[in-house]
Amino acid sequence: MSNINFKPVGHDKGNATTKSIARVFAYIFLIFVTILSLFSIYFLIINSTRSNGQLQGGFSALPSKYFFSNLKTAWNDTALFTIPRGMWNSFIIAALGCLITTYFSAMTAYGVHVYDFALKGFAFNFILIVMMIPTQVSAVGFVQLVRNVHLENTYWPLIIPAIAAPAVFFYMKQNIESTLPLEVIEAARVDGSSEFRTFNTIALPMLKPAMAVQMIFAFVASWNNYFTPALIIDKSDKWTLPIMMAVLRSKINSQNGDLGEVYMMILLSIIPVVIVYLFLSKYIVKGVALGAVKG
Amino acid sequence: MKRKSISYAKWGYIFIAPFFIVFLVCTFYPLLSTFYNSLFENYWDASTFSQVGPNFVGLGNFKKLFTADAKGNVDILTYTANTMIMWIAGAIPQLAFSLLLAVIFTSTSLNVKGQTFFKTVIYLPNLIMAAAFAMLFFTLFSNVGPINQIISGGVSDKIVDFFNNVVTSRGIIAFINFLMWFGNTTIMLMAGIMGIDQSLLEAAAIDGATSGQVFRKITLPLLSPILVYVIITSLIGGFQMYDVPQVITSGLGNPNRSTMTLIMYLNRFLGTTKNYGMAGAVSVLVFIITGILSFGVYRSIVSGRSDPKPKKSKSKGVL
Repeated sequence: MSNINFKPVGHDKGNATTKSIARVFAYIFLIFVTILSLFSIYFLIINSTRSNGQLQGGFSALPSKYFFSNLKTAWNDTALFTIPRGMWNSFIIAALGCLITTYFSAMTAYGVHVYDFALKGFAFNFILIVMMIPTQVSAVGFVQLVRNVHLENTYWPLIIPAIAAPAVFFYMKQNIESTLPLEVIEAARVDGSSEFRTFNTIALPMLKPAMAVQMIFAFVASWNNYFTPALIIDKSDKWTLPIMMAVLRSKINSQNGDLGEVYMMILLSIIPVVIVYLFLSKYIVKGVALGAVKG
Repeated sequence: MKRKSISYAKWGYIFIAPFFIVFLVCTFYPLLSTFYNSLFENYWDASTFSQVGPNFVGLGNFKKLFTADAKGNVDILTYTANTMIMWIAGAIPQLAFSLLLAVIFTSTSLNVKGQTFFKTVIYLPNLIMAAAFAMLFFTLFSNVGPINQIISGGVSDKIVDFFNNVVTSRGIIAFINFLMWFGNTTIMLMAGIMGIDQSLLEAAAIDGATSGQVFRKITLPLLSPILVYVIITSLIGGFQMYDVPQVITSGLGNPNRSTMTLIMYLNRFLGTTKNYGMAGAVSVLVFIITGILSFGVYRSIVSGRSDPKPKKSKSKGVL
């Protein structure tokens, strides 16, 4: 996206010094913003390597040597909850959720794009209209529904609704319009491919890049989701990481426990996403930009 | 693209069926039932250990929501104001930073190196779990945390009690929101700026416009649709503010309920009292507010799509 070659504009002779001053300021600002973005993570990492005594004693900008002992304590602590259990729970929900949300969004986008049917326009506009409705406003009815069908403390209410994700649908629809020519589908049909087979074996592979991007976003969104899981799950062995963070916060005053362990628990709950991001940041940032080009 | 589609109408319905069935069951029906609930008195009375209702009370719950307490306070108005204050305090620096960053990244005369690194860094906070971020800031800014250790230098009466002060509590929450979203907004605005026809900027530069003039007179007006989009979506997000203040204040909205947001209020009704009636009424209000705002977003998307070349802004009324 940044590789479009613009011709340099505004080449006045007297501009050279102004330009270099502007560049210096730009870099100073960028460094400032970098510090702003990273200082809290830096503190988190440093503090996760220090012992409780060191943390109580004063701040240090340099790491200490208690990383693995903090990790061991945080990993094995079962007093409030078990962190590895929370990581597993969050992972299962996020992994299943991101798979079905991308698959069914692609399927819906394919249906609206490829076929002609009476309610096509209505279906598309309906999804656009409901795209911005916050999940919180239907929470009352959702919680009652979940209780009525006795699915509280299960993960179904956190996974099944991912089938209907209007924003992912919208992204896939934008993408399918530019990547999937109808001729390809007609050709497949002439060759005797069934409609589902055409979708699964011809359309889906063409949509792979878009689906990968949306999968990452859906995974992260689910991993970080706090509101709905907190309403559905109250058994501590089923808690997800965000619920554990909230519990940690509510207990930290009364418990006055090991601060090194607290920092380690926070680190463990964000580190998987950060690692994934470091590998895939190029695609993620590009994905955001593509989603942005709509207005 | 507007070629005739293949007439296999029934397959169209089959392909969109899973989405619509799940949407109707998991979102639409709960939404309607939330509205329905708002008309009933229905809660668990913890003092008498008994269930009250459901009794039909019409708009009684809404009346109750807007009734002042003994001190003349209307809770829902206070919480709406809290939400908006914290949103604005985060959104203003968010827009200012994003605009500046977007201009820096797209400027050909600055030709900034290391763009990928900077973009990666500023987008990172957006992916971090809000609940963990809130917990982290709580420990960093607590009375025994590193920020206070730096400020006070070990002198106990120099400690700043960040979470007992309205301005600093709200400030920290707004700051986290800002931190989490300015990278995202930057990328949105960059996409907008790069969609602007470069020949306009070149023409203005040849005519002797300074870079400041080009920005104010050309870039900004052409960017306004995407700016409006960014602001409205941010506002909708603002009304949903929940994770950060909920975790930082452990659901209490302290100090003195000054950081209690609308959704925290809604969540409180869903707690032990299971007050579905009042929770429903708060939901309806949030729905109406965000609904009006969403309609603006919908309109901007629809008008953007009907434009044959949505990426290239036209020079309508400019120059």
